[in-house]
Amino acid sequence: MHTYAIAGKDHGMRIALLGNPNSGKTTLFNRLTGSNQYVGNWPGVTVEKKEGKLRSNKEIVVTDLPGVYSLSPYTPEEVVTRDYILDEHPDVVINIIDGTNLERNLYLADQAIEMGVPVVVAVNMIDAVRRSGARIDQEKLSGTLGCPVCMISALKGEGVDELVKQATNGAQAVSSSRTHFAPEIEQTLSLIGDEALADISQAQKRWYAIKLFEGDTKVEQRLHLDPTLCARISSSRASCERALDDESESLITMGRYDRIEQIIEHCTSQDKKKSMSTSDKIDRVVTSRALGLPIFALVMFLVYFLSVTTVGQWATDWMNDGVFGDGWFISGDAEGYEDASSDFTSAEGITEAFEEAGVSADIDPESESFVEDMDAQGITGIYNDYDEDSGEEEDVIVDGAAFEDAQETVDAGEPNPADYGVWVAGIPTLLAGWLASIDCIDWLQDLLLNGIVAGVGAVIGFIPQLLVLFLLLAVLESCGYMSRIAFVLDRVFRRFGLSGKSFVPILIGTGCGVPGIMASRTIEDDKDRRMTVMTTTFIPCSAKLPIIALLAGAVFGGAWWVAPSAYFIGIAAILCSGIILKKTKLFAGDSSPFVMELPAYHMPMPSVVLRSMLERASSFVKKAGTVILLATVVVWLVSTYGVVDGILVTVEDNDQSMLAAIAGAIAWIFAPLGWDQWQAVAATVTGLIAKENVVGTFGIVYAGDAGWYANLQAAFLPAAAFSLLVFNLLCAPCVAAMGAIRREMHDTRWFWTAIGYQCGVAYVSALIVYQIGGLFTGETALGAGTLVAALLIALFLFALFRPKPSTQASVLSVKKAKGECA
Amino acid sequence: MATLKDARVGSTVTVSRLQGAGAIKRRIMDMGITRGAQVFVRKVAPLGDPIEVTVRGFELSLRKVDAQMIEIVP
Repeated sequence: MHTYAIAGKDHGMRIALLGNPNSGKTTLFNRLTGSNQYVGNWPGVTVEKKEGKLRSNKEIVVTDLPGVYSLSPYTPEEVVTRDYILDEHPDVVINIIDGTNLERNLYLADQAIEMGVPVVVAVNMIDAVRRSGARIDQEKLSGTLGCPVCMISALKGEGVDELVKQATNGAQAVSSSRTHFAPEIEQTLSLIGDEALADISQAQKRWYAIKLFEGDTKVEQRLHLDPTLCARISSSRASCERALDDESESLITMGRYDRIEQIIEHCTSQDKKKSMSTSDKIDRVVTSRALGLPIFALVMFLVYFLSVTTVGQWATDWMNDGVFGDGWFISGDAEGYEDASSDFTSAEGITEAFEEAGVSADIDPESESFVEDMDAQGITGIYNDYDEDSGEEEDVIVDGAAFEDAQETVDAGEPNPADYGVWVAGIPTLLAGWLASIDCIDWLQDLLLNGIVAGVGAVIGFIPQLLVLFLLLAVLESCGYMSRIAFVLDRVFRRFGLSGKSFVPILIGTGCGVPGIMASRTIEDDKDRRMTVMTTTFIPCSAKLPIIALLAGAVFGGAWWVAPSAYFIGIAAILCSGIILKKTKLFAGDSSPFVMELPAYHMPMPSVVLRSMLERASSFVKKAGTVILLATVVVWLVSTYGVVDGILVTVEDNDQSMLAAIAGAIAWIFAPLGWDQWQAVAATVTGLIAKENVVGTFGIVYAGDAGWYANLQAAFLPAAAFSLLVFNLLCAPCVAAMGAIRREMHDTRWFWTAIGYQCGVAYVSALIVYQIGGLFTGETALGAGTLVAALLIALFLFALFRPKPSTQASVLSVKKAKGECA
Repeated sequence: MATLKDARVGSTVTVSRLQGAGAIKRRIMDMGITRGAQVFVRKVAPLGDPIEVTVRGFELSLRKVDAQMIEIVP
């Protein structure tokens, strides 16, 4: 067993994995470590850090560095990578390079070797190289680079054992072979080395000298050089730049690539002339001018169809209504049961309505002659039949005969699903039965069933749909189409500060915000990803549709324009947010350069796809799950408990609950929006658990003699109702989606920024709708409210159209910073 | 001065110089577009921007505004 003691540190050996994106680094990492992995974050940045123990030797820790093309100081990934190598001194760096693309991959290897750490180069995809008829001379390459070289196929496992052996044995060897630049540059480099880098070890001296020559401000800061020294370096750099007529960074980059061209000529050979590869042929069609957009639309349709409307929906319904609901049928007459069950529910409603009507007319429903007395006095009840999906409602007049019919159905008892086929009871049903059988205390039963199981169900219920979505995304990514999506859509989306890849999250978001937000994972750039995460839930998800249907039906008489306007508002909110936020400090600065590799098309590998799918799903459960569970329990608590006569008790109706008290206390906040009734506020709050709850809560809090639907109708005028709709569409999403936002932001501050921003947008939009719209409907009069709304509109227009704070300045400051030390 | 932005689709050009500074220029160079490099212009995206080129044996996409920083000779 190897145990290395280096510079007083006594620890097991550490291997770092370095490589370009798409070089097979993650595949190699998975092969080396198996399932012994832990995922974290690099300190201070939102770059994922993966570590694992070597499968064949648990003493050895492997760190998967972010995929980078270079070790420049410009992206967080690159900075994290080089800081790790400089500060943590891994015992060996395995630099994995794509054998089918040696030229660009060796560019990184050249820089890594220069850093003075032991490097083992692993040429990956060697099977594909052989197939293409190319040959790479391992010995020559190893000799020229001055470090061990292994030929591997990370996917097939070929050569990996040999690589591990080389890495663990060759740890001491430090390469002495480096790129030699033009004499003028070499002269300047040795000057810098002598004057500024006396304290730096011989092995790292050259890397530091090159960085100072390039004018790398991060390295200048790290070394704390004194200003006179900086000025001297600047002037010798300047004279070198004048002599060679180019900028220092260009000179260095060019020098590296020139040497790599020589290496390739020396170490590789090509048997047959390269014909057009399959990948080229595919690409010719897939992103062509004529077919690019239609193919994109087709792919998006398939993703949406599979993950939202069909497979994903079935799986989610089964989880929510079956496993975490009453139960489900394995076989049998599910429809028959559903009909019987809904007949039973409406029969219950009908009998209740009739009995209530009797009570208010002072006729005792318990008396023998109840029905006759009612009929004699001509009293009828009104049963309100409401369909949540369609928003349709109908008042059914209940007379004595209808009551007796319904009573019969009720007396027959609730239909038993077991009579309709093979029925499996859901977890809540089973747990309720078990808790009752052990005489569990009521409040604990309630907490377990309605608080915790419901909360866990809310987390688990998303998993099937997420699995389907992640599977599709992984296929798109691993086959290479995902980067083509960015290529095809970049022109449209970059205007709004979004990436072309933002299209996928927003599309999925129309079905459900949770997978929508999780789909933003495929966006590499931090700013683009955050922007997408912040805005995806503005688009109405399927759970918001019942709210739209209810208000459209109850207040707007089923007007056709309500539902489309909801989508229009969602899209407008996303696009305007993009434009406005891009100009703020939060997202300021140059957007990342869209100089993007379009990797060759690959057949997606099942193992890679499955692994990616499971990793993402488990990260949702771990990171989002706790938030969701906690929030569900809290809202359950405040909506079931209330203080009555000074004691905390469970309350039957929501209107005595703590929720009602809280909603009543904060209702004034919503007065400028036109709905300072506690009922509307309470419904909005329960909407945070799941947007479906809003309609259900309305049903409870507006209950009364006239029926909740009529009461709701009476409580809202058009402008206030539309303002309520707008607020509920745009404000913070349900807790599950908030959990997903928390997961994707990796950062508490960003999470609260996102939630705050969403609520702010919702509030401002709803206020404008009510105050301005109210003028037309006569709900508001010209006054302070109008003024505030007008000011907000002016502010919005300013934020939208103000010129972008100039980026010219930042380019200049980069140039200036290079001239003198920071 | 001709830049990569104006290069015809299907043509192969040689990079003569890079304008600009900072992160974008460095990124372009890191991806192998350096003085003297051969660049084959493959296609323009369906919406007219960005463009796709082949350089040093791989496909690269870049926006026209960035391609304008790359001076070329045919």
